[in-house]
Amino acid sequence: MIHLTIDDHAIEVPEGRTLLEACREYNIEVPTLCYHPSLEPFGACRLCMVEYAQPPHPSKLVAACVYPCEEGAVVSTHSESVRNSRRITVELLLSSAPNDPYLLQLAQEYGVTDVRFRMPEENLCVVCGLCVRACNEIVGVRAISMINRGISKEVSPPFKVISPTCIGCGACVLICPTGSIKLKDVIGYRSIHFAESDIERVYCQICSDIDLQPTLVKDIETLMQNRTGHSINKKEL
Amino acid sequence: MSNINSSVELNAWRAELIKSYAPDRPLITVCGGTGCRVYGSEKVFNAFQEVISNQGLSVSLAYNVKETGCHGFCEKGPLVVIRPQGTMYTHVKVGDVPEIVTAIAEGKIVERLLYIDPQTDEVIQNEDIVPFYKNQQRVILDLNGLLDPLRIDEYIALGGYSALTKVLQSMSPEQVITEIKASGLRGRGGAGFPTGLKWELCRNQPGDIKYVICNADEGDPGAYMDRSIMEGNPHRVLEGMIIGAYAIGAHQGYVYIRNEYPLAVKHLIHAISQAEECGLLGENILGSEYDFRVQIKLGSGAFVCGEETALIASIEGHVGEPRPRPPYPSESGLWGNPTNINNVKSWASVPIIIDKGSDWYSSIGTETSKGTMIFSIVGNINNTGLAEVPIGISLHELIYDIGGGIPNNKAFKAAQIGGPSGGCIPAEHLDVPIDYKSLTSLGAIMGSGGLVIADEDTCMVDFARYFMKFTQEESCGKCVPCRIGTKAMLETLERICAGEGQSDDVEYLIEVGQAIKLSSLCGLGQTAPNPVLSTLQYFRDEYEAHILEKTCPAKVCKGLITYAIVAENCPGCMVCLRNCPSGAITGAKQEVHVIDPELCNRCGLCMSLCKFDAIMVT
Amino acid sequence: MQIPIVEIYEIINKEARKGGSLISALEEIQTRYRYLPREALILASERLDVPLSQAYAVATFYNAFSLKPKGKHCFQVCVGTACHVRGSPQVLDHIETKLGLKAGETSHDHMFSLETVNCLGACALGPIIVTNGEYSGQMNAKKSDTLLRRIFRAEGLDKNE
Repeated sequence: MIHLTIDDHAIEVPEGRTLLEACREYNIEVPTLCYHPSLEPFGACRLCMVEYAQPPHPSKLVAACVYPCEEGAVVSTHSESVRNSRRITVELLLSSAPNDPYLLQLAQEYGVTDVRFRMPEENLCVVCGLCVRACNEIVGVRAISMINRGISKEVSPPFKVISPTCIGCGACVLICPTGSIKLKDVIGYRSIHFAESDIERVYCQICSDIDLQPTLVKDIETLMQNRTGHSINKKEL
Repeated sequence: MSNINSSVELNAWRAELIKSYAPDRPLITVCGGTGCRVYGSEKVFNAFQEVISNQGLSVSLAYNVKETGCHGFCEKGPLVVIRPQGTMYTHVKVGDVPEIVTAIAEGKIVERLLYIDPQTDEVIQNEDIVPFYKNQQRVILDLNGLLDPLRIDEYIALGGYSALTKVLQSMSPEQVITEIKASGLRGRGGAGFPTGLKWELCRNQPGDIKYVICNADEGDPGAYMDRSIMEGNPHRVLEGMIIGAYAIGAHQGYVYIRNEYPLAVKHLIHAISQAEECGLLGENILGSEYDFRVQIKLGSGAFVCGEETALIASIEGHVGEPRPRPPYPSESGLWGNPTNINNVKSWASVPIIIDKGSDWYSSIGTETSKGTMIFSIVGNINNTGLAEVPIGISLHELIYDIGGGIPNNKAFKAAQIGGPSGGCIPAEHLDVPIDYKSLTSLGAIMGSGGLVIADEDTCMVDFARYFMKFTQEESCGKCVPCRIGTKAMLETLERICAGEGQSDDVEYLIEVGQAIKLSSLCGLGQTAPNPVLSTLQYFRDEYEAHILEKTCPAKVCKGLITYAIVAENCPGCMVCLRNCPSGAITGAKQEVHVIDPELCNRCGLCMSLCKFDAIMVT
Repeated sequence: MQIPIVEIYEIINKEARKGGSLISALEEIQTRYRYLPREALILASERLDVPLSQAYAVATFYNAFSLKPKGKHCFQVCVGTACHVRGSPQVLDHIETKLGLKAGETSHDHMFSLETVNCLGACALGPIIVTNGEYSGQMNAKKSDTLLRRIFRAEGLDKNE
C-alpha cells in the first residue's frame, strides 16, 4: 500500500493508482474533462491539475489523471496555484465552447468573469480526445483520429469524408462531453456529424452489408499483372 | 578497409596510418559546412583539385586537399586553411585558387585574403590567433577543420575509436557510468540532466531490450551546432553512442535527425556503413561479445519532436505528441522498453571524457556546470558562427571578444539565449557567467546554445511575437494551455504590434503566460511563454510605448510606422515609384515623390532601393 | 493528374520489406512526388497495417507532408531567428505580394509554391531563400525581386512588368 496526504487527509491506496483515482475513492473533488474511467488517461485538458510535492523537493503542478500516487507525497487539490491554473484553463476552454453548461459551472466556481480571448470560430469540440479513444480502445475500429496540429487540431475521419471502418455504433456521440457530435437515425441509415459539418456518412453494418473498404489492392493487382505479365502472390500484397 | 577483429588490430592500423602521414606536406582544408557551401565552397574545393592535378602528378602528390566539416567561422566563408602553418584565407573564390596554390609552392602568403581584425585593422595570418578562435576552447569541435568527414581512417588516425577500445578492453559498464558521472557532464539538449545518472537509471531497469537514441532534431531556430558536429565529425557521435549503449546494455540505437539537414544525414549514413564495414558496429564489436547497431530516423518537420516522449512516438510511426511523464523513457520508452536519449553534443562529449579522463573534463567549466558549451552566435553580430567555450564565461566575452561586437556601429540591445524556450538578457546583465543556474535566474535558459544578438533596431515586442508565433505553430495541440493559450498570447501580441493594444494586455500576457508554464503537458508549452515574460521583465517600456503611446520605438511594427519622402534628398529618380508593389508612390521625373500612407503597405522596398537616403520611417 | 499507383506501391513495398515505418514510407513518397496522393495513404495504411485514420493523422501533423500537389517552382523563405532579425519578414512580404500568394499556398496554375521554413542553419547568410532547392543568401526585397524576375522570364511570364 502507498501512503500519501491529500488536502491534509492521510490516504492509503494500492500501488499503481493515479492521484485522481485516489481522490475519487476518497470523495475529494477534482474537475475533469478528458478523463473517462473506461479509457486510458490522456492528460490533455489540464483541469485536474493538483499541487504535488515530495518533501523536501519543491512542489509542482501535475495532472492528477496521469500522475501516480507515490509514498510520502503531499498533494493539494485546491491551493491557490491550482485554482489559478484551473481558472485560466476554464477561460481558455470557454473561448471555444462558450455555452457549455459544465464549463460555465466551473467558470463560476473558479471566478472566471470575462473570456478575454475568442477563437475565430466557435466550435463545441474542445479536442479532449474522448471520442477518438473510445473508438480506438472500446470499439476498436479506429474510424476517427485527431488531425492537424496546434490550434487547428480537430477530430476527423480520414480525408474528412468517410471512414471505411466506422460501424455507426455511436460511442463517440455518447462519450462527447460537450455534445459536439450529432447522430441522426433514419430507417436503415445512420449519419454522424462532427461539429457543424456533415462529413461522416456511413451505412450501418447491422442493417446493410455495403462494403466500404477501399478496393485499391485489387486494382493494383490487375495493373501489376498487366505490366509484369504474371500474377502476383496475394500474400505479398 | 576491412573488418577489425580486435583492439590490437585497430591500434596497429592507427599506427600505420600515422606513419603514412607526412606532417610537412601542405594540407589545404576547404570548409564544407552548410554555411560555406551556400557561399560556393564546393566549387572552390573542386578548383583546388583541378589546379593541382593540372600541374602534373609529382605536384599533385605533394599536396593534400580536403573538404572538411564546418570550421565555425561562417561569417567569413568560404574558409580555406593551409596547414600545418594554419594560414587562414577568408571569402575565397574560385578565381583565388591558382594564386593560393602558387603561394604555397613559393612559401608565400596571399595577403589580400587574410583576416583583418575590424577592431584593430591588424592583418592576421594564423587561424589560431584570430580573435574568433583564440578565445574559444574547442573540445567537441576540435577536429572539425582537420577531418574529411567521409573517411573513417582519418578519424582513427587522429585518435578516433581509441575510447571505444579502452572501454571494450578494460572497462565494465559500471566503470563507464562512474567515469561519466565523475566528469560532471550534463545533458546538452537543454534541460541539463546529469548524463551519467541518466545512464545508470536506464541500466538499472529490468529487461533485456533497451535502446539508446541520439536526439538530432535540432529545431531551435538559430542553432546549428548539432548539424555541424554530425556533418564534420559523425564518427565521434557514433563512438559516443556505442560507448553509452555498452554502459546501458542496449544493442540498438537510433539517430533521430531533421530532414532539413541533408548533408548531416548523408555523412551519418556514410559513417554508419563505414563503421559496420570495419566491425565497429554490428556483431562482436572489435572481437568482443558486444553487439550494437544504429539506424537513422528522419524527422518530418515538427519542433515538438525534440521533446523526448514525442520523439519516441515519432520513431514508433505515430503523430509526434508528447505523453505524460512519469513513466520516464528510462523506465518505459521506445516500444515500452527502457530508453536513453541524449543530445548530439552529449554523445560527442563521451569519447573525449573516456579518452582524456573525467578529471580533465571536470577541470573545465564552473563548480556546478562542467565542460564546454557550443553557442551559435547569430543575428546582429559581426562574427556569425559557432563558438565552443568553457561553461561560465561571460556573455560579454562571447559577444565582443569572440563575436566581434555589433555591426554598423549599432548599440547592443539584448541577447536571446535558448531559442523559443529561452529568454532575453539585456545589456546590464552581460557580465553574468553563462551557466545553467545563472541563466535560469535571469529568466533565460542554457537550452541547446542558440544565441541571437539583437541590436537597437530590433523591436522587443515584435521579437517576442516572433517566438510566440513559432511555438504556437509548433504546438502539437494536445493540451489546452499550450493549444489555446499560445494562440491567445500570440493574438494579444499581434494586436499590440498592430497598434491596437489595450491597457490590460500586459497583465493578461503575464497571467496566461504563467498558467501555461505551470500547467502544460510538455517542455514546449512549459517554456513557450519565456520569450514574452523575459522581454516583459526587461523591456516593459517598449510594450508600454506600443500600447499607450502607439509608437514602435525601434520602428519595426508596421501598424505603428509611416514611410515618407525626405524632400531635400529626393532627386526624383522614379526608382521607388516604379517598384512600389502597392502603387503608393506618386511623382514625376526630377520632382520630389510623395508616398500615400493610405496605400503604402510598409514593405520597405522603397527604402532598400533608394540610393539617396530620401526615405524615412517615423 | 494521373496517379502513378504502381510506382507508389513499389515504394511502400520496398519500405515494408526494409521493416520501415509508415513515416519513412510517406517521406519517400513525399520526396518523389512532392505531395502525398490520397491513394498513397490508403495503400500505405493497408500494406503497413496501420489504421487509415492514423495514417491521415500523421500526414496532417508533420510539416514535411503535403496532401496537395506543390507548384513547379518552390520558394522557401527561412524564418529562423537569425534571418528574422536580419529582415526576412520584409523579404517574405515582398515575395507574397509579387506572387500573390500567402506562405503555405500554391498558385492555381501549379506554377509557384511559397513556403516558410524554420532555420536552415546557414545563419551567417541570412536572410535566406531556397528556390527549388538552391540557396541564396543575404536577401533583401530588392534581391528577391531579381530572383523572381529571373524565374518569371524563364517561364515566359511577365508578371513583374
